[in-house]
Amino acid sequence: MNLIEVKNLAFAYNSSPVLEDITFAVKPGDFIGLLGHNGSGKTTLIQLILGILKTKEGKIKIMGQKIEKFNQWSKIGYLQQKSAPPSLMPLTAFEVVRLGRVSTKGLPRIFNKIDNKKTQEVMAKTNCLEYKNKLFYELSGGQQQRVLLARAIINNPALIILDEPSTALDASSRGSFFDLISNLNKKDGATILLITHDMAEIGKYINKFFILDKKIIFYGDKQTFCKSPEVANHFGPYTQHIMDHLHTTGPCPFGGHSWE
Amino acid sequence: MEFLSFAFVWRALIAGALIAIVTAVLGLFLVLKRLSLIGDSLSHVALSGVALGLLTNTSPIFVAIPVVMASSLGIFKITKHTKVYTDSALGIVSATGIAAGLIIAALAGGFNIDLFSFLFGSILTVSWAELVLAAVLTLLSLAIIYVFYNDLIAIVFDENFATTAGVNTERINTILVLISAAVVVIALRVVGIMLVSAMLIVPPVAALQLAVNFKRALILACVFSIIGVVSGIYLSFAFNLPSGASIIIVDLFILVICALIKKYAFKKRKLTASN
Ligand SMILES: Nc1ncnc2c1ncn2[C@@H]1O[C@H](COP(=O)(O)OP(=O)(O)OP(=O)(O)O)[C@@H](O)[C@H]1O
Ligand SMILES: [Mg+2]
Repeated sequence: MNLIEVKNLAFAYNSSPVLEDITFAVKPGDFIGLLGHNGSGKTTLIQLILGILKTKEGKIKIMGQKIEKFNQWSKIGYLQQKSAPPSLMPLTAFEVVRLGRVSTKGLPRIFNKIDNKKTQEVMAKTNCLEYKNKLFYELSGGQQQRVLLARAIINNPALIILDEPSTALDASSRGSFFDLISNLNKKDGATILLITHDMAEIGKYINKFFILDKKIIFYGDKQTFCKSPEVANHFGPYTQHIMDHLHTTGPCPFGGHSWE
Repeated sequence: MEFLSFAFVWRALIAGALIAIVTAVLGLFLVLKRLSLIGDSLSHVALSGVALGLLTNTSPIFVAIPVVMASSLGIFKITKHTKVYTDSALGIVSATGIAAGLIIAALAGGFNIDLFSFLFGSILTVSWAELVLAAVLTLLSLAIIYVFYNDLIAIVFDENFATTAGVNTERINTILVLISAAVVVIALRVVGIMLVSAMLIVPPVAALQLAVNFKRALILACVFSIIGVVSGIYLSFAFNLPSGASIIIVDLFILVICALIKKYAFKKRKLTASN
């Protein structure tokens, strides 16, 4: 069964279309890098997939359920590009992470010891325990990002969607961040959809590229990505630049295939 | 204490304490959601409801409740389906409430003593029926907030996140505005139409000055609110002052103290950090 299935999806905020004719499927275990320039529709696409935005054009299914009827939210972890909670929201880092447990609760939506234990564990995993009792709004951007990542993965989700998660992280935390994500993919079998501009860095972790520019420019294995004329066409004069960048992460980031 | 030997004082204290708690809890969510002016807006609508009640010779509070609930849903629908900012929608509904209220009051023969008691609050004249109504609505509101407690926190924190945590954001927002409507009507008996929104705003804002986590914010808001109501009722009784104004003055005094504590503690922390 496909984890995500999108058919003939189109979307416009106002009159001009932001997404057109999007059809693709995500298989369990995939680690997909979703790339595209600013304004190409990446955030819009995942917000549609997650039911945050709604459209009548096209069909979206997650884990076999239509998104309108989807109810297995604890199997999904989502880290937003922008999260702007009210500036005085008196939640500690711990309380923010624990909110991720809401999707596992019946009524009343009240947390218990198990929720606290899970929170503690996941915060240890993402290295944010040391500031667990600090107010979220008093944390630095990168610290907040780790807290939100912890919240996204607290339920060991089968599908993790991350929208530019690494932008606020310093170089060393970025490394451990990607290691953590790729561990979730390899060891726990989580499927990951990662939006990033960090092409060079993700090359060695992901197994599929998804290039978006209103339409799908390319979606497939990284081996085919290397040779795709659409990719060369899309990036035009920058293609070589991107290739060079990718090469800096190792002799050949794409499993032995070289660029010609 | 002579003060406590009157049944009407006890009625006022019980009704006041209940209302203090529910306004503080609800107010904290509204303040954080930038909806604190909803109290202002709905209380103005309540003016129409109350005037209508006086005009038709029915219980003003019982008429005001459905009128205000319908308007609260109206605000919600306006902001959701049209290109109007929330604060503009609140302003529009507020003006509608006052305009309609003034016209109905004029038709009812102008302002009389009853209308004044609703404008400025007269907790010391709360009747048994009103006390029961306040108790029922307060407990019901608190029960609903308890059941959806973390859903509410989630939507206040971030609606997009809440959606992906399985929270039905539309339902929770509807619940929030309906509870606001009920609470505004029962609270206006205590502090009056003019000041009901202050009761929803001031204690939570004071609590936010000193909050170190969400639970603490909630508890502090309730404590401040109860202190405000109890001492306000006492001042009102002892010096023959309007109860609403006395309560809000105490609340404001607490807010100033909290802001000072925050500033002082913050300064001290900074100084020790630089040493
Ligand atoms: N709320 C909105 N209202 C109107 N237009 C919007 C809105 N959000 C995004 N857009 C437009 O939709 C297009 C796609 O935006 P989107 O945020 O999906 O891009 P993105 O690929 O995520 O970009 P970035 O890399 O900068 O995050 C842009 O042209 C943007 O201007
Ligand atoms: Mg984006």
